[in-house]
Amino acid sequence: MVSIRSVPSTPSGLAAGDFPWIIEHREDRCTLCGRCTAVCPVNAIKLTYMRQRMPRLVLSSSERGSSYRTFVGIRQRTEAANRCIGCGTCEKVCPNQAIKPQPNTVSERHRFINTKGGEAWKRGGRKNEPGPSLLDKIIFNRISMLTDPALDAGRHEFSVNTLLGRVLSPEEYLRRKMTGEWIPPVREIFPFIIGSMSFGALSPNMWLGLLQGVAYCNEVLGIPVVMATGEGGCPPWVLKSPFLKYIILQIASGYFGWDEIIRAIPDMQCDPAAIEIKYGQGAKPGDGGLLMWFKVSKLIARLRGVPEGIDLPSPPVHQTLYSIEESVMKMVQSLSMAWDFKVPVYPKISGSNSAKSVLNNLVRNPYASGLLIDGIDGGTGAAYNVSMDAMGHPIASSVRECYLDLCAQGKQNEIPIFAAGGVGKNGNVTQNGLALIMLGASGVHMGKYIMQAAAGCLGSEQNRCNVCNVGICPKGITSQNPKLYRRLDPDLVAERVAETFMAINTEMKKVLAPLGRSQSLPIGMSDAIGIADKAAADQLQIKYVC
Amino acid sequence: MCRLALKTASEPFSPYTVLQAMEAMQEGYDGSGLGLLLRGLDFTDYSYKAGDPILSGIAHTEEAFHRLGSFMQDRGFELKYDHEFETDLSKIEAKDRHKYILRVYRRPEAWKSLSEDEVELQMMLTRIALRKDGEEHGGDLTAFSFWPDVAMIKEVGWPLNVGEALGLDSHRIKSRVCMAQGRQNTNWGINLYACHPFFIQGIATMTNGENTAFLPIKDWLSGKGFPGYIGYQSDSEVFAHILHYTVRQLKLPLEAYKHIITPLKTEELKDHPQGDFLLGLRNVCRRLIIDGPNAVIATLPDETCMLVMDAKKLRPATIGGKPGEWAIASEMCGVDAMIPDRDPSLDYQPMREHTIIVPPDRQEFQIWSQFDQFPLPQAA
Repeated sequence: MVSIRSVPSTPSGLAAGDFPWIIEHREDRCTLCGRCTAVCPVNAIKLTYMRQRMPRLVLSSSERGSSYRTFVGIRQRTEAANRCIGCGTCEKVCPNQAIKPQPNTVSERHRFINTKGGEAWKRGGRKNEPGPSLLDKIIFNRISMLTDPALDAGRHEFSVNTLLGRVLSPEEYLRRKMTGEWIPPVREIFPFIIGSMSFGALSPNMWLGLLQGVAYCNEVLGIPVVMATGEGGCPPWVLKSPFLKYIILQIASGYFGWDEIIRAIPDMQCDPAAIEIKYGQGAKPGDGGLLMWFKVSKLIARLRGVPEGIDLPSPPVHQTLYSIEESVMKMVQSLSMAWDFKVPVYPKISGSNSAKSVLNNLVRNPYASGLLIDGIDGGTGAAYNVSMDAMGHPIASSVRECYLDLCAQGKQNEIPIFAAGGVGKNGNVTQNGLALIMLGASGVHMGKYIMQAAAGCLGSEQNRCNVCNVGICPKGITSQNPKLYRRLDPDLVAERVAETFMAINTEMKKVLAPLGRSQSLPIGMSDAIGIADKAAADQLQIKYVC
Repeated sequence: MCRLALKTASEPFSPYTVLQAMEAMQEGYDGSGLGLLLRGLDFTDYSYKAGDPILSGIAHTEEAFHRLGSFMQDRGFELKYDHEFETDLSKIEAKDRHKYILRVYRRPEAWKSLSEDEVELQMMLTRIALRKDGEEHGGDLTAFSFWPDVAMIKEVGWPLNVGEALGLDSHRIKSRVCMAQGRQNTNWGINLYACHPFFIQGIATMTNGENTAFLPIKDWLSGKGFPGYIGYQSDSEVFAHILHYTVRQLKLPLEAYKHIITPLKTEELKDHPQGDFLLGLRNVCRRLIIDGPNAVIATLPDETCMLVMDAKKLRPATIGGKPGEWAIASEMCGVDAMIPDRDPSLDYQPMREHTIIVPPDRQEFQIWSQFDQFPLPQAA
């Protein structure tokens, strides 16, 4: 036996088994081609020499009993900076299925020391919580096929679109029509919206693919899908294109990209779908946007009007935010004015106990076109882990409270509430979205789901990958490095976007037909849903079923 | 399933003829109840003066009956006529029917200074107060309607039996309009208020089929804060309230009802002469879009009758008749029973875009299509 000369022990020393993902490598299958080590985005594995003892039974006392062989093999690095992120790119490139990452289900000690240099843990992704979400548990139980002839999801026509924009009361509408006064702009859109992901957070290829897909949905499939830009502007060629009508432009506290947008207004061929003013984000309430320096490429720098290669943290709040009345009122009004009061302008806030007070403020603001509430399960390109995991409010009860508040005032048709945050977290996107709609949302925004469905984002609820912040996305979705984003073919992303929305459209019909609904989106149809959780049922004021 | 029958004629007729039409359609329903609305009344033993409010309801106990008497007296209503039904209560199931109320009152002196709108509000509030009074006393008093020239009866049981139990076969009451519906709301549990027709400020509707969009519509109407938008023991009650909202609150023409409950699609509205207005109307009244299958039959205070279908038309209804006399029923045999001497080849079954309107002169019925020019006020 070889003696242990010293124990390599430091306070932050880790073994491979302490990391969230452990590389499982099969020596017998490996051909030492080196593809896995070349492709690993975090250099978690290396080719290294290893020595193996070859025991031998020798009768002659003049010879030693063992010999050693030296071979080349794969090893997982144990430095925290090179921890395996579980993306599985190694597995993808391996010709012999000799390597794959496995989640560490025993002890993930890495979390305790992931503060090197005093830096708290930052990552991309969203709150990691495996298992079904509350939305997954909501079922549609008011089946009307027994009391009435059934609708046929395959043959009947369904009106499933929603309205984005301020809707007047019928009395006020008729009065204004008679007097020829201003009628607020309203857009008829598909209730599943591609949520805000910025040009910067997403790679150019991803962005292009999404836009192509959205245009295809609108112009070929007749599904009026819209997408939101997130903070960071919009490429000038898009601003001046006829595709702008499918885009919700976001303005956030850093105002990145808005120089370009304002300058492009005279050249715009059409109005944007809407303007979203971001006050908060479900994934990281209290934080502004953050684009880390890794991703501030030449193109991004030009779009945002900043130097290359610097961190771009947006302030946590808008500089004008002295009070909600003043800030929201003024911003909503000025942005409405910029497009001649022809574009809906609405705020986005993070889910919170105080969402209702913002909403009530909007009800009294004649220019406010809606409210988007982003729940704690929302995703982001970069944030502190603690913000993502612990800050925020689940979306279901936040939306429900707001909706019931509007009902009490008879205003539920006037200010549409949009919900975001964890929609389709476990793949049940239509079910999650319709559950929120029946709780009172007029539509839902989805970000992470679209990355997963349209571009194959590897993120999961087991803290898989989640490196969107540092621009090393192995799929090229959230990277500004051409070597990486060229892996993503925009045409294929567009195809997946179209497929995804076609499937959502079909699934919606499959839910609505047995409920007997085809004429309008069943917003607030809470008699159709139930949950096998008494406390949640009471809180959401829906049926408890078991 | 519900069965519906409406007859409107220039000459008053006995409601029993409509009950016979219900009997003709008996195969289609469970005979669990009867709802009856009579308009344009003619009593053999009383000469009714137009404008006097008529209270319809049931006093289930003697105590409730006396309470009702003093309630009306306290508010200054003077009883002018109390219709005594020739009842034979052995023919109905319910045992707690002390007295069926059909009483004509003189308006209180205090109402003389009120405008017609205010009087109509007061009549509705009186009905609601009576209903509330009954509910507070364990449901011992039921008030169906309180309105000039309208009588209502709702009862559990086979329609013909109910008619005989109330002596309607004696033809002492006649009317120019009669709406009948033949089923208690067995979807939701038996409640007299849940039986069609539904009534609010002179407007009445009855429907067959289930309105699956009921809850969001109910939530929206309740949020309007109008005192009459209550009840909702049945999903069909919202049809009456939407019609009330359309013609009385928004003061839109009757044709707007169809555009509100089953608006045209966006692409259809793009080609419509008033597409811009109607698209806006669809948006602002979005929460009132129904989801059938339904056939909605309505009558208005001026004796106009209306029939509309839901947008997918999964419930049938037929109108037939001759000048001066028209019948609408959910089954063709119902029309046959009400007006046998008509030309059945001229019967009409409206499609999803149609509104059938029988104006008060009853000379012909109008088929109005949603795709037609909409009778708008000048400026709109």
